[in-house]
Amino acid sequence: MSFELHARVAERDVSVALEVAEGETVAVLGPNGSGKSTLLAVAAGLLRPDSGRARLGDRVLFDLQGRGGAAGGRPGRGPWVPPHARGIALLAQEALLFPHLTVLDNVAFGARARGRSRAEAATHARSWLERVDAIELADRRPAELSGGQAQRIAVARALAADPALLLLDEPMAALDVSVAPALRRTLRAVLAGRSAVIVTHDVLDAFTLADRVVVLDAGRVVDSGPTAAVLERPRTAFAAGLTGVNLITGTAHRDGVRTAEGQFVDVRFVERVVDGAAVAVAVRPAAVALSAVEPRTSSRLPGRVTDVEPRGDVVRVRAGALAADVTPRRAAELDLAPGATVWFSFAADDTTAYPL
Amino acid sequence: MAGSTYGGVPRWVAVVAALGAAFVLLPLVAMLLRVNWAEFVPLITSESSLDALGLSLRTSLTSTALCVLLGVPMAIVLARTRFWGQKVLRSLVLLPLVLPPVVGGIALLYTFGRRGLLGQGFEAFGVTIAFSTTAVVLAQTFVALPFLVLSLEGALRTVGTRYEAVGATLGARPTTVLRRVTLPLVLPALVSGAVLSFARALGEFGATLTFAGSLQGVTRTLPLEIYLQRETDPDAAVALSLVLVVVAVVVVAVAHRAGEPAGLRPGRRAR
Repeated sequence: MSFELHARVAERDVSVALEVAEGETVAVLGPNGSGKSTLLAVAAGLLRPDSGRARLGDRVLFDLQGRGGAAGGRPGRGPWVPPHARGIALLAQEALLFPHLTVLDNVAFGARARGRSRAEAATHARSWLERVDAIELADRRPAELSGGQAQRIAVARALAADPALLLLDEPMAALDVSVAPALRRTLRAVLAGRSAVIVTHDVLDAFTLADRVVVLDAGRVVDSGPTAAVLERPRTAFAAGLTGVNLITGTAHRDGVRTAEGQFVDVRFVERVVDGAAVAVAVRPAAVALSAVEPRTSSRLPGRVTDVEPRGDVVRVRAGALAADVTPRRAAELDLAPGATVWFSFAADDTTAYPL
Repeated sequence: MAGSTYGGVPRWVAVVAALGAAFVLLPLVAMLLRVNWAEFVPLITSESSLDALGLSLRTSLTSTALCVLLGVPMAIVLARTRFWGQKVLRSLVLLPLVLPPVVGGIALLYTFGRRGLLGQGFEAFGVTIAFSTTAVVLAQTFVALPFLVLSLEGALRTVGTRYEAVGATLGARPTTVLRRVTLPLVLPALVSGAVLSFARALGEFGATLTFAGSLQGVTRTLPLEIYLQRETDPDAAVALSLVLVVVAVVVVAVAHRAGEPAGLRPGRRAR
């Protein structure tokens, strides 16, 4: 079912809008404290916003008009569907399986709560346990499960409740890197064709699971669009940081870009842009070279080294927002130390420039 | 102890602790030494003793049930909702915990007594509460209720609302969440709270005497019987005291066991 929400939570300075089309999975990305969890809590009905409106299918979930002042006003008044009547399931970072119930009873919980018979609910639960490859765990207690197993059961439990919309709050964040891939595969299978919102820190989750991404920062939506477009042509430092690309912003100037600091760089435009338009340039750190003296190439930027971080066969050198990956030998030759001034240079062909 | 790990307890602390333990245990030993074992069974099975014992068990169980019935909703409201004046209300509701029981008895008398606030109304319907078995139950409930509310409220706060939120998003109504999620999660605390309430009700003396009096078979509970026998038949008083001690030991053991977190105990597997 399609889902639409806009809401304002004054206390947390969050004012966001979100749309999920029928069968679409939307990833919500953003730094800590950007309002991702608030957004999910409002959608699930666990937090009452000051004002806003939400719709799932043709059902209005809430339609609240704010009262009082901008801040500290009491929660808005208006229609409000409580969480249990929304048909929205929430999968959190921790599995939160009911410790007093067996795995099977956990998965059967939603069906039982809706008044289905014990036998019917158990059959339904078994079929979901099979779909997440966990039928052999049916008789276990949550205390006897590993983290990955528990989260797998939590997925089955959420989906067995037959939600019209599934919310996932960093479902893989608390798992070992060794078990996350298996759960990611399971999620990709069960999320196909399902309306879902997944909050994540992991760009791999976004690429694997989401059709579209929304980037939040400081309680506002700062970017949104198809996953590849947003992540490969980032518009914010946060989105650029997710995929690790350098983001240089400036204005279009003939065949290049003039940065805010007044430097001119040669770039490759992927779209036609008029002179003077605000543009962004993405370039991977691996494509950036470092030198101690100003190079002759037309695409070079000066920087003061802030951080030198060995990463296996390369050394990542940062200067503020700029990063370059160089060989350890090159790093040693340049005698890099924080505070040193270096030049970052790259070829125009290695850049992607696009309008902001 | 011959343990090799560092304890770090100064010797004098251990000495004072031993003194404290002796202070608690010695009176029990002294009482045990005075038990007339030859007459023990006849003493605790005399008519008045059995009356008192039976009445105590009946009233204490009833008031425990009342404590659960009233205390569970009270604990939930105190732990899960926020309203104006909640802190003050919480302190007032838990007042019987620190109030001298005699004062509680007086207060009950002016509420449910013949001339009391509500008692007058009951009297009009021909219902007299004061100095009846009902009064015993009310007195016991009054003093025992805070024990259940306090232990359950603490457990509810510890468990938090995360599991309840999950239950709600799975489509469970608030009542279903309460029955299938909240109460099972706090069951150990509920059991230990109920056991403590039962123990407090069983030992109730002051409020009962003030509000219910001391009529054999009607309001004379075990503690009252013991107090009465102390002057005329000390052997009976000691024998009955021992019965209460045994009950208390059982209660402490049960409450201690139930107080362990549910998740850590091996549970039975549902099929």
